[in-house]
Amino acid sequence: MLSIDRSIVEAIVAHARRDHPDEACGVVAGPAGADTPTRHIPMVNAARSMTFYEFDSMEQLRVWREMDDRDEEPAVIYHSHTATEAYPSRTDVSFAGEPGAHYLLVSTRDPDTEEIRSFRIVDGVVTEEPIRIVDATVDPNAVQSYMFGQSPATVDYECSGS
Amino acid sequence: MAIEVRIPTILRSYTGGAKVVEGTGDSLNDLLSDLDGKYSGLRGRLITDQGALHRFVNVYVNDEDVRFLGALDAKLSDGDTVTILPAVAGGAFGFAAAAAIIGHGAAAAAIIGHGAAVAASPADRASAAR
Repeated sequence: MLSIDRSIVEAIVAHARRDHPDEACGVVAGPAGADTPTRHIPMVNAARSMTFYEFDSMEQLRVWREMDDRDEEPAVIYHSHTATEAYPSRTDVSFAGEPGAHYLLVSTRDPDTEEIRSFRIVDGVVTEEPIRIVDATVDPNAVQSYMFGQSPATVDYECSGS
Repeated sequence: MAIEVRIPTILRSYTGGAKVVEGTGDSLNDLLSDLDGKYSGLRGRLITDQGALHRFVNVYVNDEDVRFLGALDAKLSDGDTVTILPAVAGGAFGFAAAAAIIGHGAAAAAIIGHGAAVAASPADRASAAR
């Protein structure tokens, strides 16, 4: 289960829409060990491609050091697919190097539909997990659960991740 | 004095969980050989069978990417800090095409190594059903 603040999800979707048709990518850092994404860091896609993304190595060093200094870790690593579904490609799985992170995928293939899904990728094995959007701006005690499907009106898949 | 080496999460299984280790060597190549003596297998995760640095591992000496310092030949001095980070990369591209674009046989080998685990993914089943 990925719990994430609505404002962060909105910022990630906005980033993905802004960079469309290129793939967008970034990180949400969170306190080490807390499994809570709190600080959204949009990253440059050094590949500037519609089908590939890669963090700029120098920007990555700076951001990873900053996380280290703040005792944070990459809670979420996100990127967009701009013409295909929000599911990890073989390429994504092969290069997934942060076993502790939630891999969040956004598809921008439909301009009117939000398609956001979250996965764990450990040792080449993909496990989908539910996303819980926390609406901190409305009422910190009120938490609503959503399952993102491929259409905004219905949930058309289920997953049993924790 | 020695060279401080920062190990990423995914490679800490080789260092008994240690985040920072120390090694010696006049070049990155020497350092990795020295480390492999203490943390067997670590070098193999960073170097291809052809003896080059993996395309999708970032190694830095202090604030510089070693790709700009001669890669494995990068010179090291006592007191330097070497940081290893897994590159963050991916995308919608099929793996063969991505490997071709990357132009790196080792990347393709790494991908194919994972291929079996991914081949039966729901995405593949879904696209096969379409």
